[in-house]
Amino acid sequence: MSYYDPKDLRKFGNITDWSEELGTKFFDYYGKVFEEGALSAREKSLIALAVAHTEMCPYCIDAYTKDGLQRGITKEEMMEAVHVGAAIKSGASLVHGVMMMNKVNKLDG
Amino acid sequence: MTKLKTQSLHKRESELAKANKQVEYLSNGIFADGELPTFAKKIKETSQFPLKPKKLEILQINVGYMCNQVCEHCHVDAGPDRKEIMTRETMMQCLEVIKNTGAHTLDLTGGAPEMNPDFRWFVEEASKAGIKDFIVRSNLTIIVANKKYHDLPEFFKKHNVHVVSSMPHWTKGKTDKQRGDGVFDASIKALKMLNEVGYGKPGSDLKLDLVYNPSGAFLPSDQEGLEKDFKKVLSEEFDIQFHNLFAITNLPISRFLDYLIASDNYEDYMYSLVEAFNPSAVSNVMCTNTLSVSWDGWLYDCDFNQMLELKVASKVKHISEYNEAILNDRNIIISQHCYGCTAGAGSSCQGAVA
Repeated sequence: MSYYDPKDLRKFGNITDWSEELGTKFFDYYGKVFEEGALSAREKSLIALAVAHTEMCPYCIDAYTKDGLQRGITKEEMMEAVHVGAAIKSGASLVHGVMMMNKVNKLDG
Repeated sequence: MTKLKTQSLHKRESELAKANKQVEYLSNGIFADGELPTFAKKIKETSQFPLKPKKLEILQINVGYMCNQVCEHCHVDAGPDRKEIMTRETMMQCLEVIKNTGAHTLDLTGGAPEMNPDFRWFVEEASKAGIKDFIVRSNLTIIVANKKYHDLPEFFKKHNVHVVSSMPHWTKGKTDKQRGDGVFDASIKALKMLNEVGYGKPGSDLKLDLVYNPSGAFLPSDQEGLEKDFKKVLSEEFDIQFHNLFAITNLPISRFLDYLIASDNYEDYMYSLVEAFNPSAVSNVMCTNTLSVSWDGWLYDCDFNQMLELKVASKVKHISEYNEAILNDRNIIISQHCYGCTAGAGSSCQGAVA
């Protein structure tokens, strides 16, 4: 059995049970963040999907894939969003290569 | 040329072709063991049980289950093999009711209603009754399927018919996946023909609305956002215009129920529906202002109950003995499929209700 159970996603709201104030504040904030604003709800959904992948959160991937389908977002758009996340993630690793280069140059330049 | 997506459950001789098997399925499993509340229990919590009709506004008549398409999720289980077709005799009984009803909307559906051999006669006669809003639910592809249907846009225009058509997505891939290869291209062609005679133009009285229903095991998002996206793509890429988009939730019956079970999505889908239950949608569900008439004249609370063969709980059960006052006194028959109409912003044949 995996540590992750897809059915646990349905219980996310129960987080509030053991700390009502903090849980409620979180869900209020969460709901507000995803409302239509300067960014459309559709754009926010794609950002969430990309971040879900960089965070490698199975619950979030489950939730925002479904959310994307509900909004009519195509699988091509979803895959591009995932690549944006992956590109940033790999870029974030790679840019540290500059640190390595700096160190090499300092120690052995 | 369009290609049939699948076969009807009837043709496949599936167990789920039987309405009682569907009702049984919806009452067992997660609803029988208390994992999820039944719809009756849920609406009792908000004191909305029993569900009662309000004033009748919409008379929806299903003129037959025959269709030129076999869409993956059809709740009617319609297809070319379905021979249930309304006769002229039943149409005449309907006309009597149409002339005397207080309903402001007449809504013809199918199958492909245009395939009924008496369809045009019925529309001509019904349009004389002075009904305010006369809807025909056209699947679009029928307009281009055969030469004899090519003049339908002109015919609809002549009788000031309000055309409501299915369009599951603005991309070819998603539309064809649900409705059959070639359906998207044929639908675009038909929409252009409707636009050409004046349908769907801004400010035009010739109303052209589209119906969106999700292509898989998920609920529709907000109707307004989807309409914006549909309008943008259809206008920019195809120069097509339409008035409103109705976002409809797929109800877990017939071929969609079959799909949910086969793809192992049934439980998750029912959870989604129950979680999205919206008490304020209950007071506006379409069964409270609509009556559904089947091809053979029986009366139902809605088109879905018709497919589940759940006739109205009234001593008046057939169009031949129609009595609006008696019918208005009935309790609406409910089951777990009703969660489909109360999820989120609600769902009806006219789109969101809450």
